[in-house]
Amino acid sequence: MHKFKRQFLSGPYVIWIFGFIVLPILMIVYYGVTDSSGAFTLGNITAIAEPIHMKALLMSLKLALICTVICLALSYPLAMILNNLHLKRQSFVVFIFVLPMWMNFMLRILAWQLLLSNNGILNTVFEALGFPKVSLLNTPSAVVFGMVYDFLPFMILPIYNAMGRIGKDIVDAARDLGCSQFQVFIKIIFPLTVSGVLSGIIMVFVPALTSFVISNLLGGGKVLLIGNVIEQEFMQNMNWNMGSGLSIVLMIFVIASMAFMNSHSKDGEGTAVW
Amino acid sequence: MVKKFTGRLYLATIFLFLYLPILVLIVLSFNNSKSRVAWGGFTTKWYVSMFQNDTIMEAFIMTIEITLAASVLATIIGTLAALGIHSMRRRGKAIMLGATNIPLLNADIVTGISMMLLFVRFTKLGFSTVLIAHLTFDIPYVILNVLPKLNQTSKSAYEAALDLGASPLYAFYKIVWPDIRSGVFSGFLMAVTMSLDDFSITYFTKGPGVNTLSTMLYTELRKGIKPEMYALSTLLFGIAIILLLIMNYGSLRKNDRNN
Amino acid sequence: MITMKKKLFFLTILLCAAAFVSGCGSPDGKETLTVLNYGKYFDPEALEMFEEETGIKVEYEEYESPEEMYTKYKAGSIDYDLLCTSDYMIQKLIQEGEVLEMNHDNISSYQNLDPKIIDASASFDPDHTYTLPFFYGTVGILYNTDEVDAKETDTWNVLWDSKYDGKIIMENSVRDCFLVPLKQLGYSLNSTDKNELEEALQMLLEQKPMIYAYFVDETGDEMAAGNASLAVVYSGEAAYAQSLADNLAYSVPKEGSNLWIDSWFIPKTCKNQENAEKFLDFLCREDIAKMNFDYVFYATPNMAVYENLDEETKNDTTIFPDQSVIDNCEVYVSLDEEGTDLYNQLWKKLKSD
Repeated sequence: MHKFKRQFLSGPYVIWIFGFIVLPILMIVYYGVTDSSGAFTLGNITAIAEPIHMKALLMSLKLALICTVICLALSYPLAMILNNLHLKRQSFVVFIFVLPMWMNFMLRILAWQLLLSNNGILNTVFEALGFPKVSLLNTPSAVVFGMVYDFLPFMILPIYNAMGRIGKDIVDAARDLGCSQFQVFIKIIFPLTVSGVLSGIIMVFVPALTSFVISNLLGGGKVLLIGNVIEQEFMQNMNWNMGSGLSIVLMIFVIASMAFMNSHSKDGEGTAVW
Repeated sequence: MVKKFTGRLYLATIFLFLYLPILVLIVLSFNNSKSRVAWGGFTTKWYVSMFQNDTIMEAFIMTIEITLAASVLATIIGTLAALGIHSMRRRGKAIMLGATNIPLLNADIVTGISMMLLFVRFTKLGFSTVLIAHLTFDIPYVILNVLPKLNQTSKSAYEAALDLGASPLYAFYKIVWPDIRSGVFSGFLMAVTMSLDDFSITYFTKGPGVNTLSTMLYTELRKGIKPEMYALSTLLFGIAIILLLIMNYGSLRKNDRNN
Repeated sequence: MITMKKKLFFLTILLCAAAFVSGCGSPDGKETLTVLNYGKYFDPEALEMFEEETGIKVEYEEYESPEEMYTKYKAGSIDYDLLCTSDYMIQKLIQEGEVLEMNHDNISSYQNLDPKIIDASASFDPDHTYTLPFFYGTVGILYNTDEVDAKETDTWNVLWDSKYDGKIIMENSVRDCFLVPLKQLGYSLNSTDKNELEEALQMLLEQKPMIYAYFVDETGDEMAAGNASLAVVYSGEAAYAQSLADNLAYSVPKEGSNLWIDSWFIPKTCKNQENAEKFLDFLCREDIAKMNFDYVFYATPNMAVYENLDEETKNDTTIFPDQSVIDNCEVYVSLDEEGTDLYNQLWKKLKSD
């Protein structure tokens, strides 16, 4: 009896799921498989194979992949260092990485624009130190840079959390049994943090793959990602069918990468950031 | 020793990377020149003039309204949903969690556009459409923060309380609530953070005259940002630090007591 | 800790309630006017003055490119009362029957407007029945006088000069971007000829590696900061940049360019034409037109404002182009669907390369 009542509590949310999660997706699918006159077509989905769209998709995949690898390479050692600090309060670490988000993200990206531009702050410093100028802004590298900056916390936190969950005694036991530091890492620490790494990868790869704002702001209009194409189809060309079709393709990519990751992690607990 | 030093250095570098742009913005908020490329001396005038700028204040109030309304409602709906999901059987649980993951992992742009397509068909865009969109991506954060806490609670204590004659509400308040409280709270904070920082979804679902700080900045970014925006953001950032520090200090004391 | 959290919780709920109450307090019974305009194109103080004088609340929306405006309008999710956009887009909307006739007799300050500019808008509004000109200007080259010789900039060709590799800014908007190679090749900027456009695309592709960025409204700031040497800009953006830095100059190349006229019109979705006309009358008033002129730096068709400007501003050819320049310029004509698709396709090709 009580059980029945408690399940009832999720009633509002179930309605929400149907009204605002499932229904909108059905709308996208509807627009995606019809043309402007409402007739059925697969043309909007197969349009991804057009060289222009393919190029944008490949560019997005490439940048997202680079961004994910860089984030992982930066985060893993960082999480280990943080873990070795043995902070009493883990939430303090979370606090430090989430805090920047309270400064509007658009402004933070703008600040990078100022820092990186040809006559920007960093180049002025470099010049004073006698280094050559770097012109990074308005290139694909700048977009990757911005993505890494924006998404890094989403990689660090799950890995750090996973490390925090490893019991001290397991590591100590391994040491007592004669494991070298390297063996401890390979045999214990790494396997136990895989779930954190995987959810970190998803949380970085997916937004990087679909981003359109960062490429707009740091790419100088020269870097066209699949997200930009979709935004343009909707906001500029007024071709909602094409935009929806391409969105479906993007969604398939997101689901595929998630499924791939999920099949490699047994527990789903890594997904939550805090 | 060397290892420790390189570790610290690495840590410092990453923090510099994360906080350098914020430092730039804070410096700009005290810049006595409208240009973002030249330093014109120290001033605090933007902190005064931002309160006189109606456009900025309207966007600010709108942002606060949407953020608070969305995160409070999301916390309520999300916590209730988590309680329900927790008591579901395996398959129901899996379906609900799957659906919860959609807005979390779907591309912002796809979520925003799909909602726009829905709204455009059935209603006019306005404040409520933005609120609904924000709720949709806020609720999953609450659920995912509350569920792990629920998994840690013992069912038997709750049932024992019921057997001993407590009403379900009383039993919930006395037994379950203390266990999940921190999860609910971090879910709420997460929702606030996400709503505050969101751009893409608001951009696609907003109606006329509805401007949050993010959408206002997006148009302003190209045509020169008003220095008042730096001041306002610095102020918000400062408030966030203070609030979060107070919370951390509070829980530190609790830890000390427990030890 | 517990009490702290509780306090915080109550505080936020209280704040939230307050926010809702204040939200509900906003004018529900008040008349509103929903206006859609280019970004940075109307002095916000003037908007407030209008609200104070008439008691009508203005819901003001901005957009960046005419194509974006078209989508926002056509999506139908917002009923606009008044719109301002560029020549060719207005023509397109008039052809689609989306524009209501405007009664200029109800707008007493309409007489302030320069008849020459009203005549020039005949290309998109032949009988002057639909529109009211707001600002006009040209597209040209803004250059850094320390790095670029004035003589070089009398031709679009300078934008292909390898000397300026990585120091060129192009317009991030389809037609303004294609007008450069089209004019350089001696074609019309309204060309829909596939071969001509392909040729133009080839030139743009060749140029792309030398481009610093494709910008619209950022150009002025970027040029003033010295991040690039040459930029294709609207005349008003050039005047704005010159107000920030002294070493900038503007030139309209001899091959010709685009003369554009941004005008107001009342769309079919307008709920209260009387209020829309009140707004138009307001913005043609000398004091308001002057405020907007000072705010946007574009050429105003408002004679009353022009007469009272100082000589220096009147003679500033960046803002008010010479008649010879105007004669050498073309106004955009709206493209048919096929033409639009072709342009969009080529634009994506350029951007995805």
